[in-house]
Amino acid sequence: MLWSLFINCFKVGALTIGGGYAMLPVMKEVFVTKKKWVSEEDFVDMMAVIQTVPGAIAVNSSIYLGRKIAGIPGAIAATIGSVLPSFLIILLIASTLTSWYQNPYIANFFAGVRPAVIALILVAGVKLGKGILHSKIQIALTLLFALLALVLKFHPVVLLVMGAAIGILLSRISEKSNASEKKGRDQ
Amino acid sequence: MLLKLFLTFLKIGAFTFGGGYAMLPLFQRDIIERNHWLTQSDFLDIVATAEMTPGPIAINTATFVGYKLSGFWGSLVSTLAIVLPSFISITLLAFILNKLKDNKDAQSGIKGMRPAVTAMIITAALSLAPQSIVRPLDIILFAGALILSWKNWLNPIVILLGSGVISLLFGLI
Repeated sequence: MLWSLFINCFKVGALTIGGGYAMLPVMKEVFVTKKKWVSEEDFVDMMAVIQTVPGAIAVNSSIYLGRKIAGIPGAIAATIGSVLPSFLIILLIASTLTSWYQNPYIANFFAGVRPAVIALILVAGVKLGKGILHSKIQIALTLLFALLALVLKFHPVVLLVMGAAIGILLSRISEKSNASEKKGRDQ
Repeated sequence: MLLKLFLTFLKIGAFTFGGGYAMLPLFQRDIIERNHWLTQSDFLDIVATAEMTPGPIAINTATFVGYKLSGFWGSLVSTLAIVLPSFISITLLAFILNKLKDNKDAQSGIKGMRPAVTAMIITAALSLAPQSIVRPLDIILFAGALILSWKNWLNPIVILLGSGVISLLFGLI
């Protein structure tokens, strides 16, 4: 199990070009679709929770999912797996002191990966949304949050806190109306 | 030196919310302006490399700076230091969440974050698009990847590698 976590996180880490969100589609494919280690809902909750604490998104996700799947040893295996590819590549670049990454072939390869990364993140976002947003209110909130992030540059933590506050508020209101409805029926 | 590297990256790891890009201003302040470990142009090179190569930008930068200053052990210590705060805070957080499993407010709070997360993922894609989709070929690769992954015709890893290879081949023509 630990070995499988390590290898799969290594794969995710090796294909994460362009930082945290880029690993999301690959990680989802591995953890949710292929290995079925966590559900789609768990995955989204993970994305929410890990961004409320400091750190790189890719690292935080590995720690969280690794721990959920196989406890602290799982967290360690997943973290080493996801960090190792970058560590080795950067070590190679830093120690050879050649700018082989500026080699036109390699540069062209990476330039071609990037548009695909954008497409994959977009599809992952919309598909996740379709799977977990059940009410019109949630869809409206999603659009509102996207606008706040894009236009007004709201910080992710602020959006998450707003979302949590609205979630608690809405559930309390619906509980109250359910309770009063029940009271009305009982009388 | 190793201790100083460790403490600096520990601090950066502990105080940046919102992923790698949020760490860049802190790197700039602590590594260039305060300690003069790197020049501004070295730093820009590292960030460019980090963006082009796999892996989180924060990890890449920490590894690179650590190596430049103290060789292999420097890179190991720096990478460890930047990961450690996440490790501790997530373990603690998971523990607290576990305790709150039956708390209704905590559960509806987490559910309430779902629209925010969905919005953030889509926004991340949109804001990265201008610097990633530059050439006419990129538009075709983007559209192809969009269709293939939406229809689940290919798995994401194959799409990423395939898109890279097509771009490489076009460069040869």
